Amino acid sequence: MTRTTGPALALDDLRVSFPSAQGPVSAVDGVSLELRPDEILGLVGESGCGKSTLANAAMGLLPESAEVSGAVRLGDRDLTILAERDLRRIRGDEIAMVFQDPSTSLDPVWTVGDQVAETIRAHRDVSRREAKARALKLMREVGIPSAEQRYGEPPHRMSGGMKQRIVIAAALANDPAVLIADEPTTALDVTIQAQILQLLDGLRQRRGTAVLLITHDLGVVAQVCDRVAVMYAGQLVEVATTEQIFSHPAHPYTEALLRAVPGTGEPGAELTVIPGQVPDLAAPPVGCRFAPRCPFATEECSIRPPLEGDEAHGAVACWHPRSRDREVTAR
Amino acid sequence: MTRLTFVVRRLLLTIPVLWVMTLFVFMILRLIPGDPVRTMLGFRATPENVAVARHQLGLDEPLWRQYVGWLGGLLHGDLGNDLISHAPLSELMSQRLPVTLELTVLSMLLAIVIGVTLGAWAAVGSRRVRSLTDGAVVLGVSIPDFWLGIMLVLLFAATLGWLPPSGYVPFSDDPAGNLRYMVLPVATLAGAEAAYILRTTRGAMESVLQRPSMTYLRAKGIGPFRMVAGHGLRNAAPTVVTVIGIQFGVLLGGAIVVETLFGLPGVGRLIVTSINQRNYPAVQAGVLAVATLFVLVSLAVDLVVAWLDPRVADGVGT
Repeated sequence: MTRTTGPALALDDLRVSFPSAQGPVSAVDGVSLELRPDEILGLVGESGCGKSTLANAAMGLLPESAEVSGAVRLGDRDLTILAERDLRRIRGDEIAMVFQDPSTSLDPVWTVGDQVAETIRAHRDVSRREAKARALKLMREVGIPSAEQRYGEPPHRMSGGMKQRIVIAAALANDPAVLIADEPTTALDVTIQAQILQLLDGLRQRRGTAVLLITHDLGVVAQVCDRVAVMYAGQLVEVATTEQIFSHPAHPYTEALLRAVPGTGEPGAELTVIPGQVPDLAAPPVGCRFAPRCPFATEECSIRPPLEGDEAHGAVACWHPRSRDREVTAR
Repeated sequence: MTRLTFVVRRLLLTIPVLWVMTLFVFMILRLIPGDPVRTMLGFRATPENVAVARHQLGLDEPLWRQYVGWLGGLLHGDLGNDLISHAPLSELMSQRLPVTLELTVLSMLLAIVIGVTLGAWAAVGSRRVRSLTDGAVVLGVSIPDFWLGIMLVLLFAATLGWLPPSGYVPFSDDPAGNLRYMVLPVATLAGAEAAYILRTTRGAMESVLQRPSMTYLRAKGIGPFRMVAGHGLRNAAPTVVTVIGIQFGVLLGGAIVVETLFGLPGVGRLIVTSINQRNYPAVQAGVLAVATLFVLVSLAVDLVVAWLDPRVADGVGT
């Protein structure tokens, strides 16, 4: 597969809204983001902040009712304007996705091996036997012990972690340039989570697959991500290296999010909660969507701040960014 | 639990079911009012005549002894003798059963082809297709088979003259003629079945197509035909097969009406005639044959479902 030097996947002012009784709900509002080849980019935010909508929009998997504007560039194509037929050729081949719960992703009556082979045969003109051989190789690569025996088994005989490995094997079957992983460890036991993350990291290193890792878990981000994009109420508020985000969060929301993580403050210290509630996306606040909950908000914040910054310090969408050289107060 | 243990267990379970069934068949006939000897000999028979006949038929023996004798015969393939003609019932059954089998199996096949095809189509089709199939289901389910049969006869036999109104020739004697006689009874019996199967297939398919696994398939780049046929139907199949099995019982009941209506010499008609004559052994043999058929179909359905859905054999909830 030819890989250009540009981003593996680029979102350009992506907007998604859904119709509702209260008017259109703007779930993703003007997100521009580049996923570089070889990197794992974490996309974090609370539930309902639009992370999954963004992922589904990038894959072209949104329901027909969704209103999408902006661009999703994979190479030199804009996926948002492709017909379903053409998208189908790209999905599972050049861009693949792993979902949260492997138990509901896999077909319960198909054998796990056939579900991996199916992805190969959907995109490559290979014989059944060849597809099976490749699927077995993939199953071994993602760490399924005695793959030959397990090939013919139905999903319910496997543990959650093993099922997620199968889902990953099927996603990687055609060596995609981009893998979108939507909360791939959330449904799994904590001990299994680390294994799956290691697996993703190893695959990225061996194959050079760019991974967009969607999670609400900052612990997951800290383990494997190179860079982090923080999303709040449908907008990107900060994009920076993982190191930057954890040591010098620039956006008040990122800072608050870090303080709300158990185990980051003093032992015995109370967890900080972010006051207020996530805004109603049918009628979001004008300007910065975090402003109503932000202790630093001023009148300026009624104008939407642009996402600005540089490579070294990351980008932040805030009129009053927290100082970059200041340690997180909780530490 | 392995698949083999499941199969063996299921096979063993059939034995007590069949035994309880013989008990029911035997007792129910003894409990309904009416005396076969009186029916046979008529009202003028003297009490002595009745006693003699009763003794000859073994009906003066205690019930448990009659039952054990009958059951012993069954195990040797002896269904007893017809009270009226005195012919061995096993011979009679070997003539009657193929007729009922042909009728029910052909009806079921027709109903499956129509029901599954339209059901799958309705699950993925436009609103128009859905309302059309909705109408078909309501019609199919609510029209009684005896009425549908009469209407079909009126149209295709009486008015158009395309098909014979009733009668039967064995398939081995005249295959084309046999099928001509079968068309109307099969259509009559298949109508309601097709509606039930359509409804089940559509419901099962709709719920399968809403599962998250369908989004995963789309994310893998799988095309719509493969999603519907390879995954949708494949996942709906266990539900549809289960309903087909249950409906086969209904079909056997319907066969009694349809055989009578179209003059088919099957087990159903034998049962009806024999009940009127209080011909115990014949009714017993007929009901037993039909019930055994149903038990065997249920067995086959369970094995097929376990094969279609590996979770069933493993005893895992679906």
